[in-house]
Amino acid sequence: MTYIGTHSATLLFEDGTVFKGKAYGKKGTTTGEICFNTGMTGYQEVFTDPSYYNQILVTTNAHIGNYGTMKADSESDRVQIAGLICKNLTVDYHRPLADQSIQEYMEQENLVCISDVDTRAIVRKIRSEGAMNAIISSEHEDIEVLKKLLADTPSMDGLELASKVTTSEPYFVGDENADVRIAVMDFGTKRNILDSMADRGTYLKVFPAKTPYSEVVSWEADGYFLSNGPGDPSSMDYAIETAKHMLESNKPIFGICLGHQILSLANGISTYKMHHGHRGANHPVINLQSGKCEITTQNHGFAVNRQELEAKADTIEVTHVNLNDDTIEGIELKNRPAFSVQHHPEANPGPHDSRYLFDKFIDLIKNHKSK
Amino acid sequence: MPKDLSIKSVLIIGSGPIVIGQACEFDYSGSQASRSLREEGIEVSLINSNPATIMTDEVTADNIYLLPLTVECLEHILQEQHIDAVLPTMGGQTALNLAIEAGNQGLWEKYDIKLIGVDLDAIELTENRDAFKQHVVKLGMEVAPSFIANSFLEGMEAAQKIGFPLVIRPSYTLGGTGGGFVMTEEEYPTALRRGLDASPTHEVLVEKAIFGWKEYELELLRDANDNVVIICTVENFDPMGIHTGDSITVAPAMTLSDTAFQQMRDDAILMMRSLGNFAGGCNVQFAIDPETEKLIPIEINPRVSRSSALASKATGYPIAKIAAKLAIGYTLDELKNQITKTTSAYFEPTLDYVIVKMPRWNFDKFHGSDNTLGLQMKSVGEVMAIGRTFLEALQKACQSLENNRNGLGADKKEWIRTQDILERLEKASDDRLFRLKDALRLGVPNSTVHNLTKIDPWFIKQIKRLVKYEEQLMRFNVPEDIPETFFRELKEVGYSDAQIAWVIRVNEDAVTKQRLALGIRRTYKMVDTCAAEFEAKTPYFYSTFDQENESIPTDNKKIIVLGSGPNRIGQGIEFDYCCVHGLLAIKEAGYEAIMINCNPETVSTDFDMADKLYFEPVYWEHIKEIIDLEKPEGIIVQLGGQTALKLAERFHKEGIPIIGSSFKSLDLAEDRGSFSDLLKDLDIPYPDYGVAHDIDQALEIANRVSYPVLVRPSYVLGGQRMRIVINDKELEKHVLSIYKHLPDNKVLIDQFLERAKEAEVDAIFDGEELMIMGIMEHIEPAGIHSGDSSAVLPTYSLSEESVQTMRDYTLKLAKALDIRGLINIQFAIKDEKVFVIEANPRASRTTPFIAKAYKTPFLNIATHVMMGTKKLKDFDVKRDLEGYAIKVPVFSFDKFPNVDKQLGPEMKSTGEMIRFIKDLQDPYFRQLDRDRSMYLSR
Repeated sequence: MTYIGTHSATLLFEDGTVFKGKAYGKKGTTTGEICFNTGMTGYQEVFTDPSYYNQILVTTNAHIGNYGTMKADSESDRVQIAGLICKNLTVDYHRPLADQSIQEYMEQENLVCISDVDTRAIVRKIRSEGAMNAIISSEHEDIEVLKKLLADTPSMDGLELASKVTTSEPYFVGDENADVRIAVMDFGTKRNILDSMADRGTYLKVFPAKTPYSEVVSWEADGYFLSNGPGDPSSMDYAIETAKHMLESNKPIFGICLGHQILSLANGISTYKMHHGHRGANHPVINLQSGKCEITTQNHGFAVNRQELEAKADTIEVTHVNLNDDTIEGIELKNRPAFSVQHHPEANPGPHDSRYLFDKFIDLIKNHKSK
Repeated sequence: MPKDLSIKSVLIIGSGPIVIGQACEFDYSGSQASRSLREEGIEVSLINSNPATIMTDEVTADNIYLLPLTVECLEHILQEQHIDAVLPTMGGQTALNLAIEAGNQGLWEKYDIKLIGVDLDAIELTENRDAFKQHVVKLGMEVAPSFIANSFLEGMEAAQKIGFPLVIRPSYTLGGTGGGFVMTEEEYPTALRRGLDASPTHEVLVEKAIFGWKEYELELLRDANDNVVIICTVENFDPMGIHTGDSITVAPAMTLSDTAFQQMRDDAILMMRSLGNFAGGCNVQFAIDPETEKLIPIEINPRVSRSSALASKATGYPIAKIAAKLAIGYTLDELKNQITKTTSAYFEPTLDYVIVKMPRWNFDKFHGSDNTLGLQMKSVGEVMAIGRTFLEALQKACQSLENNRNGLGADKKEWIRTQDILERLEKASDDRLFRLKDALRLGVPNSTVHNLTKIDPWFIKQIKRLVKYEEQLMRFNVPEDIPETFFRELKEVGYSDAQIAWVIRVNEDAVTKQRLALGIRRTYKMVDTCAAEFEAKTPYFYSTFDQENESIPTDNKKIIVLGSGPNRIGQGIEFDYCCVHGLLAIKEAGYEAIMINCNPETVSTDFDMADKLYFEPVYWEHIKEIIDLEKPEGIIVQLGGQTALKLAERFHKEGIPIIGSSFKSLDLAEDRGSFSDLLKDLDIPYPDYGVAHDIDQALEIANRVSYPVLVRPSYVLGGQRMRIVINDKELEKHVLSIYKHLPDNKVLIDQFLERAKEAEVDAIFDGEELMIMGIMEHIEPAGIHSGDSSAVLPTYSLSEESVQTMRDYTLKLAKALDIRGLINIQFAIKDEKVFVIEANPRASRTTPFIAKAYKTPFLNIATHVMMGTKKLKDFDVKRDLEGYAIKVPVFSFDKFPNVDKQLGPEMKSTGEMIRFIKDLQDPYFRQLDRDRSMYLSR
């Protein structure tokens, strides 16, 4: 324990840029694609969001760890990020409801962290040069050694990761006597997405990502949910295939984030890797159907192709658009009861402005059932 | 929803004179709103009685009415101008109250005026404490148990049901006037009576005290489409029990989990949406139980408020500017983020730094006032500091205060008696933060500090880190011994070189020298609303000790304007006005205009005023680093009051050019001895005086110049501790009190000219020619501080000979002092003999007043003269004033019930208003003239 905050750590980028800082968390070495999150609250929720699997996270908030960690704030059963980069890590937390300090938590979860680095400079670098791989180490100081280790890290482009974070066995959430049964395809779902549906009186069966459609259909769900998750959606042929079957079944479908991309791919719309993605809790989205705006939580490095969508305007409606950069935030099929959004309506962390989408999904299922 | 095209002409109502609880933040909001509307091609008319504001300047609005804020004056404007809509949300409670009153009298209907940005029913609901509580309960939120009382008896009954401690909150008052905590039954009857008296409807809410809960404030914006965003979340360092205006506050929230924050966000949005249908700004305050995280809404203000200015400066998001556009129909998604210019205005700013706001009090001005803090706001100004760590921002805020502190402790002003310190922790007063640090330094456990203050342990633990840093630092004997990494860490948590020097007992220069040798320099980061996610275009910077510097100096020639720091009595909004004009003139002359200030309430620190803004303490070390980076042509010190002026000596020593009058000139005017010698040489009369270094000398001088005499310490602001004494006994008492409170100070003793008239001149000198801006005659006799006097422009009773003599003396002095730019000279006239009392080689408190009264841009002229870009002969000045203008002081005595309201040589007023009169038969003037000697005291 004595080395905390007194040992140095090194951060090396793919392009050779080096930052020196202090070592926190577990002593070790870690690699991944670097990304930044601009949220000012909810660090633990972000660390445990499976969509961040394998990524090295830069938090832009000046202090991280102030209110410690608590079990109930986790979005999955473990830390998903590969490493953490922050400006000030506060070990000396205070929150009566919390269980432990962020340092204890990181040690328990084997998370390697570098603190006391110029995170703003790093964000500016990512903003101008785009996402890239990086390595953090509190073991090796020799840059050549780090370079060698970094070279072995695969690029996120074309990387399939959902199968690494999905549940190994199916499981159930909610009241088994509920009227509405939803089959959830787990590509790395956040706990709160499931809770958001279960709290609305539904019964969920959560399937491993690669479960064949034939097995899913046998549960006789009233609707299908395509979850969020990490990695390049275009590499997930199995999921696209399942989604196509679901569309043919004509049952209601709702997709979030990666699920939204899968739904798009199943409709012949391609996805692309963004320059550095959207990650934070302040992203502005307009709902084109209602004309109302919502502040959303986002976490995605890939997006859906706008031109291809516009070419298919007769069958797919663009329902949500990002007000900052005009990227697609939501679609709805005109000939099927299916819709999806790129942002995270379940929030956690982040604002609750988009939670109406869960109501919409459940209403859609109920209406569909009564037909 | 695009903008409402039927609105072509808008009237903005200002907030009137500065009083405690309603200060120059409303000049910021009014000015920003006016500029925002004019950008849309809308003609803006503006009413405000406060002449020191930039909002009432020609650069801000189309039609300016410097009139009292009354319904009659509003009607006068409506008759003269074709007004389509009135925007009453930019002028605080004063403007709203006026709008309500005018509405009650049917004015808006009569002239077919649309009220924009406001819902009067919503205002009514939020101001009526009882109705508000019921409303909140209806929304499904919890409230503290309470009862409404309209009589003394009802109040007594309420207390019986609730028990002690409890809170009294009078309805419809400003800045918590008349409210407060009541700890025991004995204090209650007096407190209840005061509360009932303070409320215009004689209504108070008696509420169970939720002492020590965590307190938060959210700033919201809503558009006509009911879209709502949270611009800023502010956490109060001082928990529930101290007015937010008197609390140290921090943004973003430091100790708030996402769960608790989102609950608060949901409730705030629900509350705002439930309040009618207005488009504009809103502020909501919450209390959180630290144990359970249970949430209680405290109040909601459906208008731009004091905290909006702070939130704008803290995030970079110009709340008033956007709120004005929302008021004329735009929706947030139609507007751009003003800082990035490319992304949407509909978003929530995110911070990658920490800001700390610290209040500035002036208890020393209100003798007999109770300096404990409570529900009633008592501070007169504030500072904001930005850093990359909480501690850095906290220490920078301490450096900004101008309380002669070099940071949070680690200087000679620390307390060492544990018992005294603990008492101060329990009963919060203006120095609690400093005492908290003292307590930790003396080994008082964190838990005891928390129990006494209820301050969140996170903050206490952070401050404790400073104690540990200092313990480590103490081991070194010379700066050269401090390891580089440790030195850097000290700077990263905000220590000034002066503090480091104090801890290891060396001089500051030695520390600075070693720091520079190690290459530990400040870097500058941008305030950009988005934590660098997008590229920002607005050059708004703060310093820190991080790796990358974002402030890249241009090749342009630059001039720096030093601001005046926090508002306080004797130095306030008028210097912000001067700085704004200075910046505009510098730009006009083709230089890059750079602003340095730390006062979030000001217009001069608006993101689009200067070419480059450094939001930094007006503190030597910070200024020097900016100068080293920017290498300006020079610094303007004449516009930022005494704060800026007193730094002139340091600039001079370091060879940094001062724009305008040289240090030698400034020093000659400021140094009493050499200035008197100069007057003697010029054959100009002055009251006999002497400088005393001890009490015996003081007695000798007083008897030589003969009683009554004016006694004061040298080097103070606004006549601090200045008294008129009439005999040896009084003299002795007062001189000893000065030595006690201001050790190492010299005492000045002047002959007091009894029953003399007082007058002052503001002028500009360019080396050849003199321009008298105006000559003002005070209605009150000499002996009342000029800031507390009613000044009439031009003179009304002085003889032509006296006026000519003043002109002659002004020219003689300007020449002799070799002034380039502004000079203010104060005169006393007794039996037709003119005496010079003092000269201030800088912009004075009255310069904006004269500029407004004569409708002449004197500050622009003066700045050009300072820079040498123009001569006085280049300006054709026409003074446009019919009759007289009177500058009337305004006081905030209602905040200090036990304070002596008598006036004397020490300034006590917080604000001023302008009143135009046609002739001396004017009843307003005659009343002032009749009362002129009434309040004079010693």
